[in-house]
Formats: sequence, structure tokens, C-alpha cells
Amino acid sequence: MASLETTSALRWAWLRGVTRATPIVMGYVPIGFAYGVLAQQAGLSILNTVLMSLLVYAGSAQLIAVGLFATGAPALSLILTTFVVNLRHLLMSAALSPYMQHWRKGELAAFAYELTDESFAVHIAQFAESASPKAEVFAVNVTAQLSWILGSWLGAVAGQLIADVKPLALDYALPAMFIALLVMQIKDKRHIIVAAATGLLAVVLALGGLGHWAVIIAALIGATLGVVLEIGD
Amino acid sequence: MLGMLVVTYIPRLLPVWVLTSKPLPPLAVAWLRYVPVAVLAALLLPALVVTENRLDVSLGNLFLWAAIPTFVVAWKTRSLFGPVIVGMGIVAAVRFIM
Repeated sequence: MASLETTSALRWAWLRGVTRATPIVMGYVPIGFAYGVLAQQAGLSILNTVLMSLLVYAGSAQLIAVGLFATGAPALSLILTTFVVNLRHLLMSAALSPYMQHWRKGELAAFAYELTDESFAVHIAQFAESASPKAEVFAVNVTAQLSWILGSWLGAVAGQLIADVKPLALDYALPAMFIALLVMQIKDKRHIIVAAATGLLAVVLALGGLGHWAVIIAALIGATLGVVLEIGD
Repeated sequence: MLGMLVVTYIPRLLPVWVLTSKPLPPLAVAWLRYVPVAVLAALLLPALVVTENRLDVSLGNLFLWAAIPTFVVAWKTRSLFGPVIVGMGIVAAVRFIM
């Protein structure tokens, strides 16, 4: 009987995880679709488009990468840009670490593979409330990635029928996603000050020709500003 | 693509792998709390006001002005889907009319 109860508890945990992932799915399918279409326009095959969503699984980096690919940028430049754009996950992973002290290394490895901005936002909110079963955490991650792969595949297939992405505003998917994610993170006035200052600094650095390094340099300075403000209060 | 996989996975894995073994100093925890906001703002603002390496805050910068209603929807709904659809919808509608 014990095993039956465990199975049922596990099933509930998965169900809760899938439900919790619904908002992510709603965002990932259209954005994944936009990525799929843009990848087609850039000349990527359907297989490679979907494979990237399976292997890399990083929305912003994938959208930026297909943009670079379209301009004929060298592979090294794609890898370097991906690295810089995804360095923010270093910080998100660190922010989750206090809640995951009891996790096994193998579980952490599987979790980290599917850590994205959106799953981070869902997990950090949940962990702050209570420790959820690992099955539920993984259900969120797996559901999210499956929806990202589905969206990419749909976009890749539709991409052959869509001549221009501009009438559908697919090129606005990424900025709109950043707005949504940023607003979800804002909890008090200090966050607003940090966001405004970091954004302006990133613009200045980008205009100064620092490219994607502008993002990481501005972010490091911006987060430090947050702590300085906190100590000053 | 494998290169992209490696440089995506390592930053996601390393901190959670190393830091779960020992607690972080409070100052580091405070700093980490500001990181998501800072990174997202740094990704967003240049995407809105920098066009072809030039600052563009003119009336013709559709991305910038569409961000205002997108922000409002994001603020009200705190969801991913709502603002993305509204933002894209407005950009598509304005392009259709113009």
C-alpha cells in the first residue's frame, strides 16, 4: 500500500508542477514560435532549429544567435555572445542555491540544465514560500522546455510559409518578454532605481561600442548599486 | 551549437553545484537579490532605444512607444503571456495601419 500512496503523491506533485508551469507555457509557445520563424529566415534547417531548443534551451540567446547567424557571424562570435547573454543565469543559480542545500549533485545537474529566467522566477517565489517536492520542481522545468521545443518546431514549420516577420511583430517577442520578466522581478522602490540606472548605463555602454559586454558590465554595477542603496538606508 | 550548450550550461550549473555545500555571506545574498532586475534592465533598455548603434528616442521608434502599454499590462497582470501578446499586437497593428 505504501508504494501505491507514494505513486499517487508523486502523480499529484507532477500535476501541480505542470499547472504551475502554465504561465511559462503561455509565454514560451509564442516566443518559441517567433524563434522558429526567425531561425528559418536565417537559413537554419528545421532539425537544427528544434535541436537548438533541446540542447541549448536559452530563449534570449537563441533569438540573438539566429540574428547573428543571419548576418553570417562566425561560430566563435555566436558562442561568445551566448556566454555573455547567459552569464545572468550564473547569478540566478547562485540565488537559488540557499534553498537547495539538501539536493543531490545529480539532481542539481538535471535542474540546472533547465534553469531559465522564467523557471527561476517560478522557483524562487515557490521556494520562498515552502519547500516543494522535487518531482514538482522537475515537472515545472520539463513542461516548460517541452513547450519551448513545441513552439520552436511550430515556428520552424510555419517559417517556410511566412515571408516577412514584421507584419506579425515577431521581432518584438524578445523586448516584450524582457518587459514582462523585469516587471515580475520588481518588488520595491530600490528595484526600480536599480533597473533604471542599469538600463541607462547599458545604453551608454552599448553606444560606446561594448556590444553584449555592455549587459554584463552594467548588471554587475547595477546590482552593486542596489546593495549600496540598501546599506545607505 | 555544442559550444552554445556548454556556455549556457556552465553558468547555470556551477553556482548551484558549488554554493549548496556552504552558506553564503549576507552581503553576497543581498547582492544576488538585485542581479535579476539589473540583468533584465540591461538587456531591455538598449533593445528599445538603440537602433543600428545610434540612440533613437524619436516618435518613429515603434519599439520604444509600444513598450509603454506593454509595461502597463505587465504591471497589471504580472504574467508572461499578456504583455508579450499585447506588445506584439500593438507593433503589428501600427505596422498594418502605417
